[in-house]
Amino acid sequence: MSLITRRRLITGLGYTALAGTAGGLAVSPAFRDLVLKGGETLSYNTHRLVGRDALVREYSEAEMSPDFRTNGSTAGSTDEWLAGRDNGFANWQLGVSGLVAQPAQFSLDALRSMPARTQITRHDCVEGWSAIGKWTGVPLSEVLERVQPKPNANYVVFRCADRMGLSLYYESIDMVDAYHPQTILAYGMNDQTLPVGHGAPIRLRVERQLGYKNAKYIMQIELVESLDGIAGGKGGYWEDRGYEWYAGI
Amino acid sequence: MTASAEHTPATGGDRVYRHRTGTRLWHWTTVLTFVVMLMSGLMIFNAHPRLYWGQYGANPDYAWMEIGNDDRRGYLRVGNIDVTTTGVLGINNTQDGELTARAFPWWSTIPSNYNLARARLWHLTFAWVLALTMTAYLIGTLFGRHRRDLLPAKGEARPGHIWRDIKDHARLRFPRGEAAARYNILQKLTYLTVLLVLFPGMILTGLTMSPNLNAKLPFLLDLFGGRQSARSLHFIFAFGLVGFVVIHLVMVVLAGPINEVRSMLTGWFRLPKEKDQ
Repeated sequence: MSLITRRRLITGLGYTALAGTAGGLAVSPAFRDLVLKGGETLSYNTHRLVGRDALVREYSEAEMSPDFRTNGSTAGSTDEWLAGRDNGFANWQLGVSGLVAQPAQFSLDALRSMPARTQITRHDCVEGWSAIGKWTGVPLSEVLERVQPKPNANYVVFRCADRMGLSLYYESIDMVDAYHPQTILAYGMNDQTLPVGHGAPIRLRVERQLGYKNAKYIMQIELVESLDGIAGGKGGYWEDRGYEWYAGI
Repeated sequence: MTASAEHTPATGGDRVYRHRTGTRLWHWTTVLTFVVMLMSGLMIFNAHPRLYWGQYGANPDYAWMEIGNDDRRGYLRVGNIDVTTTGVLGINNTQDGELTARAFPWWSTIPSNYNLARARLWHLTFAWVLALTMTAYLIGTLFGRHRRDLLPAKGEARPGHIWRDIKDHARLRFPRGEAAARYNILQKLTYLTVLLVLFPGMILTGLTMSPNLNAKLPFLLDLFGGRQSARSLHFIFAFGLVGFVVIHLVMVVLAGPINEVRSMLTGWFRLPKEKDQ
């Protein structure tokens, strides 16, 4: 008889938990938000626990998309960026500041003279489509080495020149992705200078995350301890509008 | 599913304990998870209602399947076959009755408005529930007593036996008496396909779409022939599961819905009476 009792107890508890979860999701917005946050937290922690340094596949030239579409904004809109576009970004400077020992400015030529990396990788948009392109740029780690991040720097924030509505685009990544060998500031695409539609003069390639993390039209890089207080506080333009900060899925 | 505890064989009209606690809890958890996954998945699909084969695929590339609209006509196109679906697919009404250009209509998606961010939160949270419960269930089944319920018994896998079972199903002649306490061969083959092909395929193609997991598990890209192929297969497996659910529900209704649902809730099933009883 004890078997029946235990079985009934387990069944009862199981059904109660199941009905409670379903009911809570249906009626309580707070409970819903709490549960729905769980997936991103679990994915981020799991992805950082196992294989955090793994490289994405690099494709051959034959596997490249014949036509790599643009999306999001297709040009910058700040005065500084517009002036740069008109003179080939000759006076453009990438400022790197925040929690670093040596804040610095880098011209496009300075970035081009640093060790370069070329990679043919797949760009995955959050909407579902993919395109394969060839990117040339300087590894972000090379830039970070020159500015010496402080120990309390947890995130790298990219401030951009394109506007979505009234807001300037921005993005952020953690230090694991920042130092990943395939994370580059790309100034070239498909053996050409990076086109305006794809983020000239430089865009981020953070290959293990979705398209919206790969910020275009970068003007400033800032190292911070916390994302609170920057724009909507969620670490990116789309993140402030409900998308996951960790877009590795 | 266990045989009746008594030593005398059960006959029509007897109550038998047919579904164990684990199976029943897993069943209802999967019902909830599947509904959330499917409906949030349809909303995610709405963000880019085109499917491709290969490593890449975007608007300039050929889509083998597309839900779209032109000239206020909604359509579903598969290869060269184009079906007008105005009102349901491609063009349909929002919850407020406003005509909108959207692949799947509001009543089939979570959330019911267009919200990719929110749909992804639902989908990628419940993906954990599905993957963990499915893995636990498969391991439990593989190493537990439930395996014997699902694997074909001696002689059952013979073409002759399968053919007879197909004919019986077609005539809506379902097992009665003691035989109704066990799965028949068509049920076994269906459940095995769902458990060993559709659900694992669903989970693995889902993992293949993650750029980070591509780095950790590159063999998945080779297994499915690229991220866009995996996305297409994810969709195909999903509709394979929808097909299964439809047939499953029809069979429950035909076999006696109260008895069947009660047995999946309490475990106890009343055997249908024999013809001569």
